Amino acid sequence: MYSEKVMDHFNNPRNVGEIENPSGVGTVGNAKCGDIMRIYLDIDDNGIIQEAKFKTFGCGAAVATSSMATELVKGKTVQQALEVTNKAVMEALDGLPPVKVHCSLLAEEAIHAALWDYAEKNNIKIEGLEKPVDDIEEKMEEEY
Amino acid sequence: MIYLDNAATTKVSEEVFESMKPYFCEQYANPSAIYSFAGKSMKAVDEARKNIADLIGAKPNEIYFTAGGSESDNWAIKAAAELYNTKGKHIITSTIEHHAVLHTCQYLEKQGYEVTYVNVDEYGVIKLDELEAAIRPDTILITIMAANNEIGTIQPLKEIGGLAKKNGILFHTDAVQAYGHIPLNVDELGIDMLSASGHKFHGPKGIGFLYIRKGVRIGSFVHGGAQERSRRAGTHNTPGIVGIGTAAALAADGLQARMEKETALRDYLIKRVLTEISYTRLNGHETDRLPNNANFCFRFIEGESLLILLDQQGICASSGSACTSGSLDPSHVLLAIGLPHEIAHGSLRLTLSEETTREDIDFTVDAIKKIVERLRSMSPLYEDFIKQNQKEEA
Repeated sequence: MYSEKVMDHFNNPRNVGEIENPSGVGTVGNAKCGDIMRIYLDIDDNGIIQEAKFKTFGCGAAVATSSMATELVKGKTVQQALEVTNKAVMEALDGLPPVKVHCSLLAEEAIHAALWDYAEKNNIKIEGLEKPVDDIEEKMEEEY
Repeated sequence: MIYLDNAATTKVSEEVFESMKPYFCEQYANPSAIYSFAGKSMKAVDEARKNIADLIGAKPNEIYFTAGGSESDNWAIKAAAELYNTKGKHIITSTIEHHAVLHTCQYLEKQGYEVTYVNVDEYGVIKLDELEAAIRPDTILITIMAANNEIGTIQPLKEIGGLAKKNGILFHTDAVQAYGHIPLNVDELGIDMLSASGHKFHGPKGIGFLYIRKGVRIGSFVHGGAQERSRRAGTHNTPGIVGIGTAAALAADGLQARMEKETALRDYLIKRVLTEISYTRLNGHETDRLPNNANFCFRFIEGESLLILLDQQGICASSGSACTSGSLDPSHVLLAIGLPHEIAHGSLRLTLSEETTREDIDFTVDAIKKIVERLRSMSPLYEDFIKQNQKEEA
């Protein structure tokens, strides 16, 4: 049901892990639906993403989209990273089954959430970036 | 390959396959025909019917062949509802039934019937006091499964049958997972109707039956010819019927010994998993469970990822996670026993067969250990949990 690229990124996920003192970190999704993604970004003084890492709780597609999304934003500027949409992630993975499209949306959201965190920490505004709605911490507290 | 998904379907046994073969190209006659060529086919159908009846202490003329478990469930429930709708329109079932029962009940709700879904306890055992309290003068049917397909819990059928009888209510049980795996006697348990399916006990797919106690006058579900004493139309699926009959005879042979062997292996599997993998729980009852069923939840991980990685080790298993159910919700059974969503997503069902060996189990447990560790190392839930623990320790 998954493309070869999805299986490759699931079996050999790129950039798994954490970054200590990250420039920005974002967690989206919720455990209720079975998908949580956390993306860490290390952004240098010129606004270039030097490192991206992730941790994901979820299905094969959730892992693969996290892996691909982190690959796609590495080396990019913050503005360029904003252009890494869910569509771009899906295309890079040679597509996803229809029921798994939401995983690619989560990956896009996770990147945005990490960028939002970076912007808030540095008290800057990133053109075109809106506050991510999916705050997992809040949701989890509400639910449990 | 290690096949541990026998609750999904089983391998057709060699003896079953051999017994079916003549009924494709040689004994292909329609059993209902009058000529002597057909007589042999009808004799084979009758013999199968007897084998099937014997296993549950029923009479052969109380067994009606169907296309499988779902048809049997649909027939029993819809026809009972129709038959008794002048007495009342209330049906009692449980929250952990198979969808063949649940969705049939939901269909009847749309037709104006009322359905009470009785809860189960944390082990998946139906709450008998709730069941008794749910009985009303207009209750016409109690339908409770014999054993659960996901977590393997065996229901107190005798008590349920007793309550049904005391109150003059029909009792149907979906025994798709139980028939041929544990002893069942329709008289001792007070069962009026029982559904089962061939492919769950090494018979072929596409054949099942409904036991209907003599005197229970539910109508036809499939209308047409006069087969099955005019209660289930359609040309007899002779090879299928012969196959399910052989499978029933084989299941009856050495049932006790097979149960003991499977139970010992199951308990070995459960013990290894629970002692060697932390933050793991067993779903279902520890002892009142199908001999071949083990069901676990591994915290902080998701079931589909686990299944894909097990598949890569050649292990076939299943999960109740949302990704495998085709919706955003994990299995209704795991939620009914009180598990939070995030834990229910990390479930794994392993169902053994007679052919499963200790080596298979050892290989599987070793694989699960590595996979769970790997998935946890990339799980943000696990990361948070560990950090929380460290904070508390400091």
